Formats: sequence, C-alpha cells, structure tokens
Amino acid sequence: MNILVLLVPVALLMGAAGLGAFLWSLKSGQYEDLEGAANRILLDDDIIADKEDDDADADAE
Amino acid sequence: MTCCAPGAEAGAEALLAPEHDEETLFAAARDLGNGLSELEFNVPDIHCAACMTTIEKAVTALPNVAAARVNFSTKRARVTVRAGKGRLTDVTAAIERAGYRTFLPDPATADQGDDTLKRLTRSLAVAGFAAGNIMLFSISVWSGADPTTRDLFHWVSALIALPAVAYAGQPFFSSAWRALRHGGLNMDVPISLAVLLALALSLFETFNHGAHAYFDAATSLLFFLLIGRTLDHLMREKARGTVRSLARLAPRDATLLNADGSREKIALSAIRPGMRLELAPGERVPVDAEILDGRSDIDMSAVTGESVPEICGKGDRLLAGATNLSGRLTLRAEKPAADSYLARMIGLMEAAEGSRAGYRRLADRAAAIYAPAVHILALLTFVFWVFLTGNWYGATTNAIAVLIITCPCALALAVPIVHVVAAGRLFEAGMLMKDGAALERLASIRHVAFDKTGTLTGGRPKFIAQTLGGEPEFSVAAAIARLSRHPLSAAIAAARPDAPNLSGAAREQPGAGVELTTETDTWRLGHAGFCGAVDPAEAPVSTVWLARNGTPVASFALKDQARAGARAMIADLAGMGLDLTLLSGDRPAPVKALADELGLARAEAGLAPGDKLARIADLEKAGGVLMVGDGINDAPALRAATVSIAPSSASDVGRNAADFIFTRPDLAVIPFAIRLSRRAAMKVIGNFGLAIAYNGIAVPLAVSGHVTPFVAALAMSSSSILVTLNALTLRLGTRPAPETAPAPAHRLAAAE
Repeated sequence: MNILVLLVPVALLMGAAGLGAFLWSLKSGQYEDLEGAANRILLDDDIIADKEDDDADADAE
Repeated sequence: MTCCAPGAEAGAEALLAPEHDEETLFAAARDLGNGLSELEFNVPDIHCAACMTTIEKAVTALPNVAAARVNFSTKRARVTVRAGKGRLTDVTAAIERAGYRTFLPDPATADQGDDTLKRLTRSLAVAGFAAGNIMLFSISVWSGADPTTRDLFHWVSALIALPAVAYAGQPFFSSAWRALRHGGLNMDVPISLAVLLALALSLFETFNHGAHAYFDAATSLLFFLLIGRTLDHLMREKARGTVRSLARLAPRDATLLNADGSREKIALSAIRPGMRLELAPGERVPVDAEILDGRSDIDMSAVTGESVPEICGKGDRLLAGATNLSGRLTLRAEKPAADSYLARMIGLMEAAEGSRAGYRRLADRAAAIYAPAVHILALLTFVFWVFLTGNWYGATTNAIAVLIITCPCALALAVPIVHVVAAGRLFEAGMLMKDGAALERLASIRHVAFDKTGTLTGGRPKFIAQTLGGEPEFSVAAAIARLSRHPLSAAIAAARPDAPNLSGAAREQPGAGVELTTETDTWRLGHAGFCGAVDPAEAPVSTVWLARNGTPVASFALKDQARAGARAMIADLAGMGLDLTLLSGDRPAPVKALADELGLARAEAGLAPGDKLARIADLEKAGGVLMVGDGINDAPALRAATVSIAPSSASDVGRNAADFIFTRPDLAVIPFAIRLSRRAAMKVIGNFGLAIAYNGIAVPLAVSGHVTPFVAALAMSSSSILVTLNALTLRLGTRPAPETAPAPAHRLAAAE
C-alpha cells in the first residue's frame, strides 16, 4: 500500500493543475466572448495582427 | 441649402449626442499608459461573423486606432486608441459609416453582473475539483479499504473539503445568513446547515477513526447547487445585458439660449422653469415646455400613443419625451426635469409596484414550508433515538443524516433549472426574460391588455395605396420624400426605394411639407393645405399630397399598420381562453379601426397613463393581467400588471418596466411564451413532486438510521440529475412560428 503515498499526491496534483489551468483561463478572459470565438473561426484573416504589422512597418520607415 | 437631407443638416450643429462629442469620449476612455487609451462602444446590431470583421476593419483602418476587438456576446467593440493621431469621434463615425448604430455604454451599469459571474464560476470550479477528487477516495473506501487506508483517505478528503467548502459555499452561507438575520428562512438555510453539519460530523468521525464520513456528500451537493445557480445567473445577465445594449440614451443635456443669443449646453437637472431652450430636429423634448418660436411636427407616439405626428407652433405645450421631427424650435421650460412628464411617469410606475412586490417566488414559498419541516423532523429523530437507546452519539448521527438526506438539493434545483431551460427556448424564439419569477407570473394570467401604437402596430405609418395620380408622380414623390425625416415621408420613400433622385433646391417647411424647385417645376409634398388640396373627411388614414406648381397631382394613403401576425396572435390568445382588451391613448377612430381589423371585442381609446393604470387594477381583480405595451405612457401600466411584455423598439422607460422584451417584429412569440410558461409551471410542479417522492423514500431510511455516506451520495446525485432531465424535456415540443422577420437593412448591406 506504500504506492499510495506516491499515487495520492500525484492524482491530487494533476487535479490541482487542471483547476489552476481553468482559473487562469477564466482570469485571462478566455470565456468573455464565447459566441464571438465560435464565429471567428469562420473568418479568414486575423485583422488585428495585420494592423500591428502595418504599424510596425510605418514606425520603421 | 442643397437637396441633401435638409432636416438632418439642421440638427447636426446644435447639440451633439455624447458618442459624437470629443470631450465626452475623452472622459469615458480608460488610460492604458504609453499614450494608449481604451474605449468601449455598444453596437447592438452585431449579429454575425461578417459584422465583426466589418466593424473591426473599419475601425482599425483609422490612423489613431491601435487595435479593435468586437465582443459578440456583449455586442460591444473595445477600441485601443493612440493619443495625438486623430480624434476619438472618428471611431464613432467609422462604426456608423460601416452601417451600425453605436453609443457609449452607460458607466453606471457597465460591469455590474460580471464580478458575480466570475465569483460563481470560480466557486463552481473549486467545488467541482473537490467533489471529483473526494468522490474518488470515497469509492475506494466504499469498495472496502482497510481501516488504516480509510483513515488516510478521510484525512486527505478533509484537507480538500474544508478549504473548498469555505470558499465555494460562500454564496449560500451569506444568503442564508442574510435571511436569518432578518428573521426569515430561505432555501439556503437548510442547504448551509446540511453542508456545515455534514462537514462537522465527518471531521468528528475522522478524528475518532470512524467508518463513515460525508465529505463527498457535502462537496458534491455544493457542486450541483452551484451549477444551478451559475446557470440562473447567466440567463439573467444575458437578458439584462441585451436589454442594456438596446438602451438609447435619454436626453441628458439641453441647449440653453442665453439672452445675448449665445448657446450653451446644460445638464438636464440644471434646467429651471423660464429658461429658453433650443430644440433641433431629431431631438427629444427635455422637459415640459411651451413653444416660443418655430413650427414643427412633433412625434408624440411614445408619450400619448398618438400615431400621427402633431403639428405644433407658437404657444403649444410639449411634454418631455416627445420627439421633434422637422423644424427648429425655441422653447420656454415650464417645469424642472424632476417634475416633467417623464419623471411623473416614473413616479406613477414606482407607486404601481404593489401587485408585483406582493408576489413571492415559488421556491421561496416552498422553502418557507420545507425548511421548518426538515428541522423539526431532524429534532424529532434526535429525541426519538435518545429516548429509545439513550445513546447521544447515535442519536446525533441519525439526526444529522436526516438533515443531509433532506437537504433540498433537488428542490433548490427544481425551479432555477426549469427557468434556465425555458429562458433558453424563449431566447431562441426572440424573447428575453429578465427574471425567472416573471415566468411563474406569466403562467397565471387570465387577461391580456394591449397598447396600440408601437405594440400591435409597427408604430410607423406604412404606405397603403395611391389615391390619385400614376407611377411617374409616385416616383417624384418618393424622390422628394427622401429629403425629409418625417415618418410619413419615410414611408413614401420606402415604398419606391429605387426612384431616381431629382436635383434642385429643396426646402422643408416644418409642419407642412417639403418643397423642391427643379429647373422646370416647383413640387410640393406634404399636407393638404400646403399642396392646395382638401383631405377627404373622417378617413382612418393619413393622406399625403403631391402638388406640381400649385396643382395637386397625386395623393397617397398611409396608415400605421398592424404588425405581422397580429391577427393570428389575437385569435390564438382568444382560443387559449384569455380575455383580451385594447387600451390606447390614441383617438377613437384609429383605435376602433384596428380593433375591428384584428377582431378585438373590447377596445378603449383616449386613455391617459393614469386611466390605463386604473384599468389594469380593475382587470387584476378578476385574475392575473399581462400588459403588452411600449410607450412612456404605458410604463406605469406595464409595472402595475401582473406581468408585462414590451417590444425591443419600446421607449427606455417602457423597456425597463417590462419583464419580457421581444426582439422580432412578429407577435406570434407572445402566445408561444404564454404556452411555454404554462408548461414550465407544470415542470416546476413535476420537479417538486420528484423531490418530494425522493424524500419520501430517503427520509424513512435516514430516520431509521440506515443512511450511510454511500446511500446519501447516490440518492442526492440521482435526484439532482432526475430533476435536471425532467426540466430538459421542456426543450421538446412545438417550436414557435418560423422567423418571418425581414432582414434589417444593414444585414443586406453587409451581405453584398
């Protein structure tokens, strides 16, 4: 039964890691626009990224 | 002045809406540092992926915008702006150019519900983690772990359960505490008591190397209940958020005319009687006032229910909330904002709370019976076992087992889960529910009272027939009508959208019509007098005339027409055995015409807001009343009725007063909602029945001392799942009538 000493903490740590990951994703705003995320996969290009690139070019000039 | 929209031009310079005002936008922006700031805009018309791209593209194209992201769920655009590269109003302009209405969110209501939701979700995650892990340990204990391992597992469970309950149980504990402090009982009292006692008993058992611990029951109970509570919160926030995003800003300021002729913007609350104010076309009348100078068409539909705009001139009195349509007016304020029509309606509304405040939610009523019953039962069990065996420890264990097993898990889920499922159905059908209790009240109604203008009708006149002249004249009339913002003009313009434009000098004469001078002719479109014609007597329609060089050549009949499906809805509701009444503030002729058209037997016209209130109170004596209305004048009646529905086009006050908002022009959703509410009421009763049946089996077991942690976990989880499944069957059954809503104009534009 000594294996329990190892397995129980491992199981709990894995669970805690899952909980931590969820709380982190909640905090970083990943659940703020669920409908938008569902619709965004239909879009071809990432406009925001484009804009950042444009700005970088403009600044470089 | 040129021929492009003279009305709109006149309105532009005088008073800016807050979203077009640089200073207001600047004040609303949040500083991010680094010369960046962030602004949020409400864009209520977002409805598809293409909308998001269109808006984001339009806004990011501006030189001063660093990033823009549209939130589809909240219908908001968050824009990051660089200082010094352009004006903030450019953003508003860009969104509007893309074809969307936009306005600043009201800071007071911006992020109210957000924190609660995050808090609930975190609690849910913690409870889920704890329940899952503890259940794993419990299963090994149940499968026959030896006493040492069992003790170890109990200790680990205790270590997880204590902090988890302390964190995740707070929503219940604080609510139970509030109820107890005020000397009341709600469902959270037995829940909190059961959880805490289960925890205490389990700790005691663990200390004494006992065989039974209820950590799994305590945490899984919290987990199930938090699911119900989070869903309930989500549903209400979704509805409220949508209603909030519909809110058009009421006039917050007005233009003051100083003695030296200069203009100044002042806050609504700073208006004093006697002040001279200027009102541009398109603006709402800020306070009750008298016209000193000018002439204009005034749209009173939100104020009195009168569907045809009234021509007002010097000496006429205006009520706050009416909209100025065509001419510039100089007003003399007669009352401060706090005493104006709008404020009086809000006062009436607050006074009318009566019947609704008296309503107690089903769940609360059940709790008031249930909680004392459970506590007395536990006490009796304790007394019984003490007398029978004299064993204090065994008696306490059994009494706590009764509390755990009767913990109203299923009962606490029975109502919210049904409301959540019903709200989801309604949302799909185009109806928003602000509160679950409204659904219970809707199921109890016997009588439906309707407002006319804007509710049974679209609130805007529609073209019916050309009564004089031919197609060429129609084309000219449509081209001229396009230049005015008068609703009658808008209706004529909409009837022939592809009529070619006419070039020439246009002039809008407020309260009369539009004159267009081309190279060859002078055309006039407007009232009979303006065009040298005479209106037919006592017609239930409005007539617009077209004159060429002073001779009437065409005339058009327009009417505020019934909404799509109005007739079918009336027949449907009557078939359901409901009494129907039309309560309108409009003149008797159009009210009677509409009642006849729709087959409504009872119709009353010319009612002041106070009269509507009195009628509702009369009707309520015979049973629950559903009020369907939209105007400012309907708001007190909407609030006084047992339950109320407003279209999303309603006035802000009306929308706030109503329990349900329907977002599509079709009225078929109203009978659907009533039917659904009745089915939901049956489901709630069914769920209560299930919960009671479960208790009927489990309580004797608990009282007789046969409830082990295994039985408790099994019984509670299965009853919760059963109740949820029963609620989900609400999703089955007939769908509402198919969507007949025509696509909004911008949707067509976006698709092109």
